[in-house]
Amino acid sequence: MNPATLTISGLRAAYAAGDLTPVDALTCLSSEIESRDPSIGGYLSHDLKLALADAKQADLSKPLGGVPIAIKDLINVKGHPCSCASKILDGKYTSPYDATVIRKLREAGAIPFGRTNMDEFAMGSSNENSGIKPCRNPHDPDRIPGGSSGGSAAVVAAHIAIAALGTDTGGSIRQPASHCGIVGLKPTYGRVSRYGLVAFASSLDQCGPMTKTVADAAAMLEVIAGACDRDSTCLDAPVPRYTEEIGKDIKGLRIGLPAEYFAAGLDPAVRERVESAVKVLESLGAEIVPVSLPNTEHAVATYYIIATAEASSNLARFDGVRYGHRAQADDLIGMYGKTRDEGFGEEVKRRILLGTYVLSSGYYDAYYLRAQKVRTLIRRDFEEAFAKVDLIASPVSPVPPFKLGEKHSDPLAMYLADIYTISANLAGICGISVPCGTVTVDGKDLPVGLQLLGKSFGETELIRAAHAYEAGRS
Amino acid sequence: MNIRQVAALARLELTDEEAGRYQAQVDQILHYVEQLNAIDVSGIEPTAHAAAVYDVVREDVATGGGLTREEALSNAPLVAQDQFRLPKVVE
Repeated sequence: MNPATLTISGLRAAYAAGDLTPVDALTCLSSEIESRDPSIGGYLSHDLKLALADAKQADLSKPLGGVPIAIKDLINVKGHPCSCASKILDGKYTSPYDATVIRKLREAGAIPFGRTNMDEFAMGSSNENSGIKPCRNPHDPDRIPGGSSGGSAAVVAAHIAIAALGTDTGGSIRQPASHCGIVGLKPTYGRVSRYGLVAFASSLDQCGPMTKTVADAAAMLEVIAGACDRDSTCLDAPVPRYTEEIGKDIKGLRIGLPAEYFAAGLDPAVRERVESAVKVLESLGAEIVPVSLPNTEHAVATYYIIATAEASSNLARFDGVRYGHRAQADDLIGMYGKTRDEGFGEEVKRRILLGTYVLSSGYYDAYYLRAQKVRTLIRRDFEEAFAKVDLIASPVSPVPPFKLGEKHSDPLAMYLADIYTISANLAGICGISVPCGTVTVDGKDLPVGLQLLGKSFGETELIRAAHAYEAGRS
Repeated sequence: MNIRQVAALARLELTDEEAGRYQAQVDQILHYVEQLNAIDVSGIEPTAHAAAVYDVVREDVATGGGLTREEALSNAPLVAQDQFRLPKVVE
């Protein structure tokens, strides 16, 4: 048995049966990474020695006892590097503390193992903005894995990880999950603590599981969700037993289909897969209801004002003073400017510039404040839709994964492909991507994801329906 | 939008090649986002974030922040006398 191919529940069963120990699993996983990751580029680093020390003490009675979890490279794990795939931190930063999600994973017995590739500071939809190295889609090495959590998706899909943590600011968990054919869950804003995550856009960022099955996503969410006294946006709401949703039926569940998410621009083959998935949900007893999200067309513009504004503020901390790269210069201001020009990659600089402009004196009202008002309209669209339905179903990405380099020279074209995922972040609601088949492009079968969106703190219905679909699709 | 002015605000020292490229790209993105000007937002409250939580308070006691001085300085490019050392600010 190759333990790297197992799910969380499969690995736990193998431990319980005495077929494997955590030390065996980590040793195998590490050699799989060494032999197979060079052609994928999903990991930036992994440290078997550190992980084996944890594995020897693993408490198998805990919910994730002895389970290795790959970690997106913007989440702090004490003693591990955390580069955010940026030259400004690479080789120059070792985390002095654990993020709350890592503390919770450790308390549940899990072992953080491996740092996954990503778009620099989570800015991108293809992983091509990694400042360290490219990441490839395991289903076709010429194609992107999606982004920004591209490495996390690729290593889970390639079975060189059991499961991974990702973050989602505008689709960065769901879109790479869709492109790589795995499950990715973005929790509700306020469901999971962001303490110890390097912030991109603080009003949008969430952290969530990227897994081989819906049951694994439920098991991880149950562990990482809940209040945190170091993140005041993290709500003190009870954490339901998400794992108890697995296997429940969806008879009578109302699922909305937003007309705007099946409009022009959607690849016909992707549409066909998603519509077939909706038919499966209907055959399982769900009631399919047409809904409208009329402000969808404004979501990309709203998002790229708000996200870049917040990023320009958050990334001010990378100035060569307290951590990371420092350029040599005679004076302080010169040191700041040179450090940031040398350390940040192209997309990060572009977004900092855009964000700085929309927040600058005289333009704040015209851009940032107006975008926040349109954000209110987008939220209201969802509130009105969720008055009629329990969940919304849609594609994740309008297109299958494209080729490396295909859209890289046109930032706006890349932003527009985020159309189906970013509204959930603006509205603060939860969403999941579940594999719903493949489309054949140039002789390769490329995965397609079904997106389900749930209301605020509606992860229970989301997981119930996603699992029912996963179990019922064949 | 003057990219050099914005870059100065953002503390980014750009090469001439970068400045030319970013000027064109940021102009293009700004042109796209100007579609929001056509929307009637009169009387609409802005959404700063989507969480239904405000003003989280706790007892006013020092918690130490969780890091020792040594840990806080452990990633610094340059340290002197247990502090972050910087280029000269005042002549």
